[in-house]
Amino acid sequence: MSSATAINSGSSRLQSNAPTGDITTRWDRHKFDLKLVNPANKRKFNIIVVGTGLAGASAAASLAELGYNVKAFCFQDSPRRAHSIAAQGGINAAKNYCNDGDSVWRLFYDTVKGGDFRARESNVYRLASVSTNIIDQCVAQGVPFQRDYGGLLANRSFGGAQVSRTFYARGQTGQQLLLGAYSALMRQVDLGKVKLFARREMLDLIKVDDVARGIVVRNLVTGEFESHTGDAVLLATGGYGNVFYLSTNAKGCNVTASWRCHKRGAFFANPCFTQIHPTCIPVSGDHQSKLTLMSESLRNDGRVWVPKNPNDSRSANEIPDDDRDYFLERRYAAFGNLVPRDVASRAAKKACDEGFGVGETKLAVYLDFRDTIKRDGAAVVKGKYGNLFQMYAKITGEDPYSTPMRIYPAVHYTMGGLWVDYNLQTTIPGLYCLGEANFSDHGANRLGASALMQGLADGYFVIPYTIGHHLATSKLPKISDDHPDVRGAVEAAKARVTKLLGIQGSRSVESFHRALGKIMWEKCGMARNEAGLKYAEQEIAALRHEFWNNVRVMGTGEAFNQNLEHAGRVADFLEFGELLVHDALTREESCGGHFREEHQTEESEAKRNDADFCHAAAWEYTGGHDSFTGEKEQLHKEPLEFENVHLTTRSYRE
Amino acid sequence: MSSSRGLNLTLKIWRQPGPNARGEFRTYEMKNISPDMSFLEMLDVLNEQLIQTSEEPVAFDHDCREGICGMCSLMINGQAHGPDRATTTCQLHMRRFSDGDTIVIEPWRANAFPVIRDLATDRAAFDRIITAGGYVSVNTGNAQDANCLPVGRDRQEKSMAAAACIGCGACVAACKNASAMLFVSAKVSQLALLPQGEPERARRVTRMVAQMDKEGFGGCTNTYECEAACPAEVSVSNIARLNREYLRAVVVSEEGV
Repeated sequence: MSSATAINSGSSRLQSNAPTGDITTRWDRHKFDLKLVNPANKRKFNIIVVGTGLAGASAAASLAELGYNVKAFCFQDSPRRAHSIAAQGGINAAKNYCNDGDSVWRLFYDTVKGGDFRARESNVYRLASVSTNIIDQCVAQGVPFQRDYGGLLANRSFGGAQVSRTFYARGQTGQQLLLGAYSALMRQVDLGKVKLFARREMLDLIKVDDVARGIVVRNLVTGEFESHTGDAVLLATGGYGNVFYLSTNAKGCNVTASWRCHKRGAFFANPCFTQIHPTCIPVSGDHQSKLTLMSESLRNDGRVWVPKNPNDSRSANEIPDDDRDYFLERRYAAFGNLVPRDVASRAAKKACDEGFGVGETKLAVYLDFRDTIKRDGAAVVKGKYGNLFQMYAKITGEDPYSTPMRIYPAVHYTMGGLWVDYNLQTTIPGLYCLGEANFSDHGANRLGASALMQGLADGYFVIPYTIGHHLATSKLPKISDDHPDVRGAVEAAKARVTKLLGIQGSRSVESFHRALGKIMWEKCGMARNEAGLKYAEQEIAALRHEFWNNVRVMGTGEAFNQNLEHAGRVADFLEFGELLVHDALTREESCGGHFREEHQTEESEAKRNDADFCHAAAWEYTGGHDSFTGEKEQLHKEPLEFENVHLTTRSYRE
Repeated sequence: MSSSRGLNLTLKIWRQPGPNARGEFRTYEMKNISPDMSFLEMLDVLNEQLIQTSEEPVAFDHDCREGICGMCSLMINGQAHGPDRATTTCQLHMRRFSDGDTIVIEPWRANAFPVIRDLATDRAAFDRIITAGGYVSVNTGNAQDANCLPVGRDRQEKSMAAAACIGCGACVAACKNASAMLFVSAKVSQLALLPQGEPERARRVTRMVAQMDKEGFGGCTNTYECEAACPAEVSVSNIARLNREYLRAVVVSEEGV
């Protein structure tokens, strides 16, 4: 794909619909310009919400509160299981309760800069300004955030910020926020405004006259296919980190819903922007099925180091300070251990690549609490991080109070996702995308404690306003279940399942997924280069062809069949993975989580190329992306303008 | 993690093809299992072996594999989530077992949690209990500033300790009466301890208890197995609070219940 075929946002396909002018009033002015649906008419509209994490549950609840009829879908057995639940550290909000100089403007600035200038300014400003409402809403729901003795809310600092703006509930903030949103959702179930469909997996989008009008799902218990139609479809289906097989995502996280919509016409933006989280528990062996993150709040008190001598065979505690290299503190004086995730991850990789890694595999660095325990006492450390220390001990069998933790980066979050405009609408009218599944707010790197903020901002405070405009201005005739487009989508989904079951090859789904993950991690992980990416494209295409000829899927389609579920997801990852690699190949610069070895400074820092790549890369499905056949997706570019936070080289050194 | 440390194990696993089908225990021999594996990774290995011999893999619920989503749910040698305290099945590691062990693996055992297949059960009853009042009625946009209502730190911490419930159902599976009192008490306590929960306090507890009974969960007879099995360490003192809240609601509350 050369840039010669690219279409700029001048084309009608990529209208951001972001207002212009004073950034501080853009959202207010935009809300005023949006058409409203009058209260009595809201009950005439049916909205489909796929995914019940922070974004999906908050959207479904808020829309039902407004009076819309909502159907909410999740593949888990309950909406409360969505992987937002695993977020640990906290949620940012520009409350300035700490009186330390925070403001909406500073949160906006930090987020744009932290994202390495690849996010849309208008969206980020809106996110920062609604952040304060989110905390209010969650507290009102009974979310038991940490408080000080006076009874008011406590805050802590987090990677990538120099103010304390992070609200938290132990190390289980995501759980508490999700249970808050879940309770709001279940209240609407109680009131009859939301119908809940658990253990359903979305397998296709139903489009009628080019407008999103419904979805096809498979009932995972009975295997039956169901079509559900409505007036708008919201995807809140999370990120695609599991394309790497090993990630901190839940096992069920997948790209299928997004990818199916992509194949129906929704552009996929910046898939190569993937976040590698620095503080994860290292891989212990070939059996590893997932990686476990430990909140980066640990970096507030833990110090990251490796031995100065790569052959130092002493145990960690026997190595004196003079023989330790606290490499983050050494390289980044101003931020020290609190540099953003991408910077911390690459520094750890560099230390290990140069032979300084520790532990059996040499793919780990120390995260040491010795000095904090000496200063504050073990009880204080336990109070702050007790559950994380316990989790570490369970998984590794080692006691982090007496031995430094070993950590290594792992795939954690994906900034890329379906392209959306300022209204969160994709390139398919009537199809909206919220939370991690969209691409809009974090640019090339997400700051800690900002994912929860974005998911809830989208669901509670953006989509309830923007969706009304679509409903009020579109012609949406009722669609019956036997409409040819509905039947066609159902038949296509069925045919795919039949095909998967019919291959009857000799290689398991799991082994394909692991093989894909290995290619992705080695060639398109923390560091990427042209040769590796080209190799990966070929390898993925070969693996995909083998999959469709040799996969063995057990059982039948008319029953609870987890092997079949996994097969469908891996099939989509095998297509999507190649696009991700191709996007990484096309983006000839380093920015945020995307590090191209060809583009770095003399100090091994990421080197952006603003002249050529200050844009969101949005890919249009044009019949398949395949290195074997030479098919490519079509690239569209949305230029990004920085009028308020001026383009500068990100530096966390001084 | 050298192979010399590998464990040889005998698994006896409940296999049941569907909700209405007859189930049975089947025995599987596992060789050279790494002690560093998690329990579910050991089952992953088994499933890969079964696929190679054309036997259908064992169905079991799991998702986050880091102890927080509440999806994993196995009775291991008769104990909900296995032998370790405060630990979900997914966080249990094979180093807890010895070479030559026989491990019996069953689904949650409770009428209110019917088996879907093999080790996976239907826990939608918990969702229906939450639907019957496990919330604060506050619409998006209604909220006042988060710091308007101070909450004492001890109160907040007690509320958080109850809110930590992951909704896995181990309390029910461990209880000889299949009682859901610990689960219900966790949500009732979380909200009863906070000013935000006050306006609906009586209505919430009476409706949730009524739904709990309707789902077919048993009563509490104070054996505390639930607390021992709870991976989130939710305390039975919440059950005492649930009883107080219920009594308060039906005897002295001004709320119409």
